[in-house]
Amino acid sequence: MTAIPVAMRPRVSKQMILEVVDVRDLSPKVRSFSFASISGQQLPAFVPGSHIVVELGSKSNSYSLTGSGQYPDAYTISVALAPEGNGGSKAMHQLQVGDSIKVSYPRSAFAPVASARHHLFIAAGIGITPILSHARAAEELGRSSSLMYVFRPTSGVHLQECRSIYGTTLTEYTDRESFNSSLRSALLNQPIGTHLYVCGPAGFMSSVLRLAEEMGWPTERLHSEHFEADVQGPGKNFQVTLAQSGQTITVPGTKSLLEALEGIGISVPNMCRKGVCGECAVPVLKGRVEHRDLYLTDEEKALHETVMCCVSRAQEQELELDL
Amino acid sequence: MNVEMQSAGSSTDEIDFQEVPTFESEVPNRISGFPFPFRDDVYRYSTNVEPALQLVQTEAGSWGDRIIDIDSNYLEELNLRETVLRLDPTRLQVMSHMRPAAWDAITTVLPQMAATYPDIMKFERQGNQCRWQNGLQDIDLEFTVGADETLPEGPLHFLGSQIQDDIVLMDQREGSLWLDAGLVTFAADWSVGFDVGMRFLEIHGPVPRVHEERIITRAHQFLLRLQPGEQYRRTNWTMTVDRRLDTSTETYPEWGKDRTLVVDDPTLPDRLHLRVEVQHLIKLPATGALLFLVRTYLASLREIATVPEWRTRLGKVLEELPSDMAEYKGIDRYRNAAAHWLQGGD
Ligand code: FES
Repeated sequence: MTAIPVAMRPRVSKQMILEVVDVRDLSPKVRSFSFASISGQQLPAFVPGSHIVVELGSKSNSYSLTGSGQYPDAYTISVALAPEGNGGSKAMHQLQVGDSIKVSYPRSAFAPVASARHHLFIAAGIGITPILSHARAAEELGRSSSLMYVFRPTSGVHLQECRSIYGTTLTEYTDRESFNSSLRSALLNQPIGTHLYVCGPAGFMSSVLRLAEEMGWPTERLHSEHFEADVQGPGKNFQVTLAQSGQTITVPGTKSLLEALEGIGISVPNMCRKGVCGECAVPVLKGRVEHRDLYLTDEEKALHETVMCCVSRAQEQELELDL
Repeated sequence: MNVEMQSAGSSTDEIDFQEVPTFESEVPNRISGFPFPFRDDVYRYSTNVEPALQLVQTEAGSWGDRIIDIDSNYLEELNLRETVLRLDPTRLQVMSHMRPAAWDAITTVLPQMAATYPDIMKFERQGNQCRWQNGLQDIDLEFTVGADETLPEGPLHFLGSQIQDDIVLMDQREGSLWLDAGLVTFAADWSVGFDVGMRFLEIHGPVPRVHEERIITRAHQFLLRLQPGEQYRRTNWTMTVDRRLDTSTETYPEWGKDRTLVVDDPTLPDRLHLRVEVQHLIKLPATGALLFLVRTYLASLREIATVPEWRTRLGKVLEELPSDMAEYKGIDRYRNAAAHWLQGGD
């Protein structure tokens, strides 16, 4: 019995075609893009901290929306060029005003907690993008918030916007040492009922979260934004039996289960191929899953009833799937 | 026991903010538009959630092609809601952090309603400035999103004065849904004043058989996964004596005894009503709060009996229903009498 039948899972495949209406350089490596409806229609509002999945050529990537989300007339994202990435950011940087582009409807995976007494936002580098969305929404909705922003001296992306929201209460850090020393006192001195939201490089986020936990913050009040599952490198070979056809295949360590299925002509709906969108869920009949995704809840993972086949693998030698 | 998860099918992902279908705004009669809920002669709980806006053909007509459904009882039910609220203001609950969600509900529901009934309603928005016209109530009103004082009684009360549905708003946090706001005047034996501030799983604790089947936890997981803009629906049913919409816990002393008295009443077929709720579950776009709209429909046994297939089916369902479920639904006292009449007795 599956936790939630796969067919009942909301899917992200609904997309819209938008037009690039603005491109601007925020720093030598970061470029911002705005998309609007081609027919001039209003775009759907979105929850602060939401992202869209942008499809360009054969690549799909998630980017945080930087607006507040309340009645947007355009969707704006900031894209850092990652020369060693999968090429997605390079392709994005080639976009020009007037191009049209396919994007998913906004997805919420880093929502503010409406009942929080205070919102403490912490951003490092390009991690400022979802945090800026939160900061703008907090300002528009009159919610209490503060922002700690760590950036390299020459590349404080969106610094002007942050300063105009927070004025002199914005705390800026251009080196890790000064940030680390003030983080400790910031974590000690928040009003009761504060929620913390952090976005930045994985190591940065985990050090902030670890310190907060050490200092007694309950995990329900800590929120962080990942874009990609920590794909822990190649895995081991494993065997998969497809219950409906009786076929058995081997998934080599260098390939994902999704790729292996596609290799024998079985197509599974998919979108991000990174374990975040929830599109590629497959029901598991037997075997334990090595979960590598960010989509399933811990409770669901413990049931081993569903595998997100784009990133996850088998714990032991075998899995039987309801395919 | 055979519990069926109703599959939502492959078109479940269709979200559309702009293209709300339009309909003739003629009002269907009560029976042709009645959402008769039984597809089988046996009823069991299931996570019967399906995408909203799908037309369902019934033996008498059809329903389901709109989120907000207005019928000939519109003004009467809205007046009744105001009366209930005046007598018992606790039927309206808004925890302060839910104010943005209440506004989100307004700016989601009113445009839908205007698109469904373009001849009599109109919604315009420019930034936070909105204008709402409702010909059925002679309303032409301007208001500002987020500014509670621009709507006579605040956003949630105002929304409740425009639609026949009861309204519940759930906040999502800590991996749970919390019932943190609502305007509920037509509850079927529950009370928003009691449930406000509780988690979804707490509210659904005492339903018999439901925990064993994990139906509620599944529903909860499903709802947590909804993405902004998605709209689903389900139906629920019970029975009520007389055309009484307000059967909340608070007014139990007024209606509770009728459950027993109706059994020997020769007018039972006219007094006893099948009560069907069409519940819409809408994940709101700007706040991610979950909006539950509960629209209640009542049809007497005699009205049901005008459709022969319904008469037979309801008779069988009532006869077969296990006693713990009948008791939970509060229909155990009279369901045999009702089944007997439907099956041709007198
Ligand atoms: S394709 Fe997105 S989670 Fe697998």
